[in-house]
Amino acid sequence: MEQFAIYLHENFFYQAPLWMIKAAVQVGFASIVLLLFVSPFAGILSFIERRIAGRMQDRIGPNRVGPQGILQFLADGVKSLLKEDLIPKDADKPLFILAPYLVFLGMFTTFVALPFSSKLIVADLNVGILYIFATSSLTVVGLVMAGWGSGSKWSMLGGMRSAAQVISYEIPAGLAALTVLLLTGSLSMQAIIKAQGAHPWQWFIFDNPFTLISFFILFIALIAEGNRTPFDLPEAESELVSGYNTEYSGMRFVFFFFAEWANLYIIGAIMTTLFLGGWQIPQSLYNASAAVANWFPQVVQLLFFQIKALVLIFIVVQLRWTLPRIRMDQLMSLCWKYLVPIGFFCVMGVAVWMLLFPQGVPWMRTFLTILAGITLVYYFYRVYYQIKASNAEIQLNPFV
Amino acid sequence: MSAVAAYFQNIKEATASIFEGLSITLSHMIRKPVTIQYPDKTAKPVSEMMPERSRSWLRVEMDTCTACLMCETSCPIDCIKITTEKDSPVGRAMSQFDIDMAKCMYCGLCTEPCPTGAIHFVPEFERAAYSLEEMISRFIPEGNYVVPYKPPKKEKLEETPPASTEAPLQS
Repeated sequence: MEQFAIYLHENFFYQAPLWMIKAAVQVGFASIVLLLFVSPFAGILSFIERRIAGRMQDRIGPNRVGPQGILQFLADGVKSLLKEDLIPKDADKPLFILAPYLVFLGMFTTFVALPFSSKLIVADLNVGILYIFATSSLTVVGLVMAGWGSGSKWSMLGGMRSAAQVISYEIPAGLAALTVLLLTGSLSMQAIIKAQGAHPWQWFIFDNPFTLISFFILFIALIAEGNRTPFDLPEAESELVSGYNTEYSGMRFVFFFFAEWANLYIIGAIMTTLFLGGWQIPQSLYNASAAVANWFPQVVQLLFFQIKALVLIFIVVQLRWTLPRIRMDQLMSLCWKYLVPIGFFCVMGVAVWMLLFPQGVPWMRTFLTILAGITLVYYFYRVYYQIKASNAEIQLNPFV
Repeated sequence: MSAVAAYFQNIKEATASIFEGLSITLSHMIRKPVTIQYPDKTAKPVSEMMPERSRSWLRVEMDTCTACLMCETSCPIDCIKITTEKDSPVGRAMSQFDIDMAKCMYCGLCTEPCPTGAIHFVPEFERAAYSLEEMISRFIPEGNYVVPYKPPKKEKLEETPPASTEAPLQS
C-alpha cells in the first residue's frame, strides 16, 4: 500500500503531498475491502432470509437460480440494473437522487467500526459505539429525504413515520448501550469486547439482571431502528404501498434494500459486540489455533463473531415471520412507556450494582447463565411440543 | 386492576406470547414443506394428480365415433369441425375431425350428446404451443378416411321410451 502510494506520487500526482495520497490510498483500499465484504453478505443474507421465511410458511423459497437458488440475489440485482430509472415529475430531483446514497452511506460507514476479530477492524475509534449510533442516524436523513423528495403522499407518510420511529428508538438504544459503557468505562468497540470473556458467564448480558434486561431493550430498539417487522411501519405495504421507496425503481430501489439487509447484519454485530462477548475465544483455543499459523487465531475469532451475529440475525428474521406489524400508537407507547423507563431503570440499576459490588457477583453470573440455559431448553421443548401436537412430518434437510 | 399491575401484566403477556410465537415459527421451519414443485418434481405424474372428471383436453376415440355430428352442433363456440364424404374410396367416411383447443372453453357440452361416449375428457392439461395451429387436435391424419362406427341394433331397448330426466315445464 505504501509503495503504491509512493508510485502514484512519483508518476501521477507529484503535485499533491505524499501524506494525502497515502490517506487516499488507505481509504480507497478500506472501502474496496468493505464493499467486497458487505455486498455479497447483504445479498446472501437476503437469500437466506427468503429461504427461512419460506420454510417458516411451510413452503420452499427461491430455489431456481443456481444451486438451491443461491444466485437469486445476483439475478435480482441484474434485473434491477436493467430496469428503467424513473424520476417522478413532481419529485424534488436533487433530494430524490441523493436520498438512496445517504441511506447507503449511513449503513456503510457503520462497518468501519465493527470489530470482526482482535486485529480485523478498519478503525478502532475511541468513540466507536457513539460513532456507530451517529452514522446509522444518517439513514434517517436519507429516509426523510426520500419521503419528501418523491412528491408522493405514500412516500411522505413513510418518511415521516420513519423519522418519528428512528428518533424515538434512539433513546432506549442509547440507554441500553449506556449500561455496557458503565461497566466498561470506554466507548471503543475493542475495549468493550476485551472487558468480556469467552464463556457465556463472562459476557455482559449475564453480568447482572439489569444488563440482561437492557440486552432485550437494545435488541428491540435496533430492530425498530432498522425498520424491520414488527416495526416496519415506514414501508408498510398494506397501507403505504411501499412507504418511502414507493417511487423508486431500478438501482436506486436496490440501494434501499441493500441498506436494509446490511443493517440486519449491523444489528447482529452491535449486539454481539456489546453483550455477547464479540470475538472472544477461550485461551486454550487461541493457543491451539496460534500453533497452526500466526494469523489463524484471527480467523477463529472472526468465525465466532459471525456465528454469534448470525444467530441474532436468525432471531430477527424469525421475529419478522412471527409477529404482526404493530400500530403507530402502539409503537410510540412501547418506546416511551416501556422501553425508555425500563432503560433508565437499568442504567441506574447497573450504576448502583457497580457501587455495591465493584468486583461483580460471580454467583449472579452463574445463576443468569443457568436461567438462560433453562429457558433455551424449555424453548426447544415447546418447539417439540408444537410438532408433536400437530403430528407434523419433519424435514431437517434445508436442501429441497 | 391497578395501572401498575396492568403495566407489568402487559410486559408479561408480551414476553410470553412472543416466546410462544417463536417456538411455533421454529417448529414450522423444520416441518416438511407442502410445496409441490410442479413441473420439475412431482410425487406422481400430473395426470394422476388431476381430480376425477376434471375437464382438460378432449379426446375422440375414432373407432367408436359414429359421425353423427352431435358434438359439432352442440358446441357453443364451433371449435369442432367434422367433414364427412359420401363418395370416398371407402364409402361414407370422415376425412376430418378437428378440435381447436385454443378456442375450446371446456364446457363439456359436446361429451353429453355423444351416443357412444367417443368424445371425452382426458386428465391432461399441459398444452403450451408457439402457434395457434399447433393447438388444433387433429384426430384424422390428413388424407386418411375413417369409416364411422355402426352400433349393433338393440330393438327391444329402442322401443321403450326413455324416462324423462327433466321436470315438465309448468305454466
